[in-house]
Amino acid sequence: MDQRPDWRRMSFAGGLAVLLLAATTATTPALGQTAPTAAPPGPASIFDQATFPGKQRPPGDPAVIARGQALFGISCKACHGADLRGGDLGGPNLLRSALVLGDQAGEAIIPVVQKGRPASQGGPPMPAFALPPADALAISEYIHSIVGRKVNQGGPPPQPEKPLNILVGDPRRGAQYFTAHCQSCHSISGDLRGIATRISNPATLQDSWVAGRRSGTPVPGVPATPPTQVLVTLDSGGTLQGTLIHLDDFTVSLTTAQGQYRSFIRQGPQGVRAVQVRDPLQQHRQLLTQYTDQDMHDVTAYLATLK
Amino acid sequence: MTRPARCAMFLVAASLGLCGFALAADPTQSAALPPLLPPAQLLQPLKDSWPTYSGDYSGQRYSSLRQIDKSNVSHLSLAWTTRLNGEVRDGRSRSPFAPPSNIITNVGGEGKGDYAIPPPAVKGAVLQVDGVLYVTSPDNAWAFDARNGTELWHYFWKTRGGTHIASRGPALWNSSLFFETPDDYLVSLDARTGLENWHVPIAAFADEYFSTMAPVVIGNHLLVGTGNDSDAPGFLQSFDPGSGKLQWKRYMVPMSADDAALKTWPSLDAARHGGGQVWMPGSYDPQTDLYITGTGNPTPGYTGVARLGDNLYTCSLVAVRVATGQIVWHYQTSPHDTHDWDSSQTPILFDGTIDGKPRKLVATAARNGYFFTLDRVTGEHLVSYKFGTTANWSKGTKPNGQPDPNPEKSATVPGSLVSPFEGGVTNYQAAAFNPDTGLFYTHENTGFNILYLTDPDPRGSMGLGGKRFSIVGYTGNAFQAIDYRTGKPVWRHVWPGNGGTGTSVLTTATGLLFTGDTNGNLVAMDAANGDLLWHTGIGNISAPPETYGLDGHQYVLASVGDALFAFVLY
Repeated sequence: MDQRPDWRRMSFAGGLAVLLLAATTATTPALGQTAPTAAPPGPASIFDQATFPGKQRPPGDPAVIARGQALFGISCKACHGADLRGGDLGGPNLLRSALVLGDQAGEAIIPVVQKGRPASQGGPPMPAFALPPADALAISEYIHSIVGRKVNQGGPPPQPEKPLNILVGDPRRGAQYFTAHCQSCHSISGDLRGIATRISNPATLQDSWVAGRRSGTPVPGVPATPPTQVLVTLDSGGTLQGTLIHLDDFTVSLTTAQGQYRSFIRQGPQGVRAVQVRDPLQQHRQLLTQYTDQDMHDVTAYLATLK
Repeated sequence: MTRPARCAMFLVAASLGLCGFALAADPTQSAALPPLLPPAQLLQPLKDSWPTYSGDYSGQRYSSLRQIDKSNVSHLSLAWTTRLNGEVRDGRSRSPFAPPSNIITNVGGEGKGDYAIPPPAVKGAVLQVDGVLYVTSPDNAWAFDARNGTELWHYFWKTRGGTHIASRGPALWNSSLFFETPDDYLVSLDARTGLENWHVPIAAFADEYFSTMAPVVIGNHLLVGTGNDSDAPGFLQSFDPGSGKLQWKRYMVPMSADDAALKTWPSLDAARHGGGQVWMPGSYDPQTDLYITGTGNPTPGYTGVARLGDNLYTCSLVAVRVATGQIVWHYQTSPHDTHDWDSSQTPILFDGTIDGKPRKLVATAARNGYFFTLDRVTGEHLVSYKFGTTANWSKGTKPNGQPDPNPEKSATVPGSLVSPFEGGVTNYQAAAFNPDTGLFYTHENTGFNILYLTDPDPRGSMGLGGKRFSIVGYTGNAFQAIDYRTGKPVWRHVWPGNGGTGTSVLTTATGLLFTGDTNGNLVAMDAANGDLLWHTGIGNISAPPETYGLDGHQYVLASVGDALFAFVLY
C-alpha cells in the first residue's frame, strides 16, 4: 500500500528533535534566549532510519548470534528455511511472524523452541527441541538479527543478487521490429553504435531505449533526453520558437536559440493564438501503447548484440 | 489508555508569565461549554461547515454553497494564507517576520523525541466547525481561526517511529478531536484547547503497522483503520469516542479456518499475512446503516505466487454494519492484485437511475484504472469501465464486471511493460460527484513502467519487495467527468506536459469544480464541460480542496504542503 508516489521528494526537518528536547527538559528556559541551533540534517527519506521495532533493537552479541545461527542450522532450518522465510517442510516464514516480531528478549520464542506447537493456521505441528535456555536464547537472538535486516516496506533482507537472464527475446525478430519502427530516427551505425558496450546491463539497456533516455557514461553537452521544442504564435501574428521550459493551460515559456528566455500568458488581451509542441519522444510515447512484451524483449535482445 | 501529564506544561507556561492562552485553555472551563459537534449533526446536509473527511458522509464532496458561481469565480482572491509550524514552542515568538504568537505546544506521545520526521504537510481533510479549522500532519495537530488563519493551538506527538507518510486528517465528536499517529495510537484531544484527553494503541507497532487514516465518527462509533506494507492482516476497528474503548475489530482477510473467504487463498497462513489494509475513510449511508469502505492491496504485493486466488477481501468495496463490524456485502474491484494498486479510494454514494430504474448507488474510480457503479444496498454490480485510458494489465472484464488480470503483466524477470505505473491511475486523491450534472469527477494518471521480478522465489517475496520498476514514459495526464451509468467520460481534459499527478476534487451547487492541475495551479472548472474559469499558481495541491461559509462569505480552502490558502470574494 504505497499511498503516495512522491515520498522521495520530501526533505526533512532535523531540528525538531533538538527543539523538542529543549522544550521538554528545560525547566526554566531563559527569556530572550536565541532559538536552538539546527540539528544535523535528517535522513534523506522517511525510510532511512529505523522505522519499526525490529530494526530499532540494539545489535545483539555477535558471538551469541553466530552460535544461534549454527543451532538454527541444526534444528530449525529444515522447516523454516535457510533464510527464515519458510521451508519445504511447511514451517512458516519467521520474518513476518507476529510472535517473532512481538518478542522482546526470547520470552515468546524460547517456549516455542523448547515446547513445540500444535498444528495451527493450517500448518504442521512443531516438535519440541530439548535445548537449554541459553541455546534457545541464542536462536532467538539470531532470528532477531535477521529480522533487523529486513528492508523498507516489508521487503526481505537483501540477498546476493541472483543471476537473472532478462535476454529472452529473439534478436532476429528484434532486428525486424527495429527496421519497421525505429529506423526512421535511429541508426545502428550512428547513434546506436556500440550501445550494448556503452550500456552493458541488459535491463538498463531496455529501460533506456524504451524511455528514449540516454544512459551510460554522460557525454558533455548531450542531455539524457532530447529537449522539447515549441513554436508559439502570438495573437499579433508573430512567432517565436525555442526550447520548451514550461507549459500549462495558462502560460508557456521557452528559451530561444539565442539563449533568451521568454514567457507568455496564453489567454487574455495580448495572448497566444497557438502553441505547437514538438516532443522528440512523441514516437516513443506512442509506441508505449503498442509494444507487446515480446516486441520489447526482442528489440532488447537485438540491441544487446550491438557491441 | 494513558492520560498525559498535562500540568507540566501549564506550570512551565505559568512560571514564564505566559499564561494568557493557558488560562483560556482551562479544561474545566472548556468542559462547561456546549459540544462543538454533536454526532447527530453529521447527518445534516452539508452547508457552512466541513465537519468530516468528505464534508458529509456521502463522499460526494458536493457543497450547497452558492455565493461563488461561474460568473464570479474569476474574481476569487486570497483572504489569508498561513504555514504549519511543527516546532515545539514555548510561547515565545521566534521569527521577526511572523505575527506575534504565544503558542505553547502541548506535547504527548510515547517516544523519546529523537526520531526525525518529515516537515508538516497537509495530505488529508481540514475540518471546519464553528469558525475553527482543524489540521493534522504526522505527529501534529493544529487549530486555526478559519477567518484569518491565526493559529490557536498546537499539539505534538513524540513518536516511537513508523512510516511517516501522511495524516489523512482528524475527526470531531462533541468537543473531542481525534487523529491517528504513525506509531499506531489513536489520540483524543480537547478540540477547544488542544490538550490531550487520552490515547490508546490501535495496532501492533512491532508488526510494522503505521496509521494514517482520518477516523470517521458515526453516532457513538469512531471508525479507525490502519496501514501496513509488510505481510500483516488489515482491519477496521470501532472505538468508543468517549472512552477510547474498543467496540469491535473486523479483519479484511480470513483469520480462521471457518471463514468462507478462505477459499480465495491457498492457505490460512497466506491469508493471515495477506494485507487488505483499511487506510482511507469510507462513506456512510444512514438509510441502510452501512459504512462502505475500500480496502488495500494483498501482500506480498508484487509476487502473487504464494497467494494464488482472488484474495478476499483485499482490493474490494466492503459494506460493514456500523454497530457490529459485520460484512453485509463485498465486491472485489481488483481480484488477485499484483501491482500494489489499493482499492482504498473513498467511495461515493448517490441516488441515480440505471436502465430506467431508480437506484441507491455507490461508485468508485480505482487505482487500477477501472470505474465501478454498484447498488449500495445489495452490492449488486451494475457498471464497469476502464477509465484509465492506457491501463493494459487486464484481459478485459469478467461476466461479473471484475477486471480479469493478465498474469503476464505481473512483474516478470525480463520485464513487463505495465500501465498505470506503481502510483496508479488514481490513488488516495478524492473524487467528487455532482448530483446536478450527474457526473463523477476524477483525475487520471497515465504512464508506463517496466516491472521486473527480482526475486523469483517460489515462496514469493515479502511486503513490497521482490521487484524493480523503471518509469519509461507518460502519455498525458488528464481529468475526467464520468457518466456513472456507463463509466465513460462525458468530457476529458488533458493537462499539458508530461508527468505530474492530478489531485482531489471539490464540486458545488453552482456547477463548479475545484482541483489541482499537474503544474502547480489550483483551478476552477465548469462542471458541465471542463472549461477553465479561474486559476492561481500556488503550487501542487496536496490536500483535497474544500469550501465553507462564514459571516456571509464563502471560502475555498486549498493546501500546498505546509501552507494553507483561503480564497474568498470581496
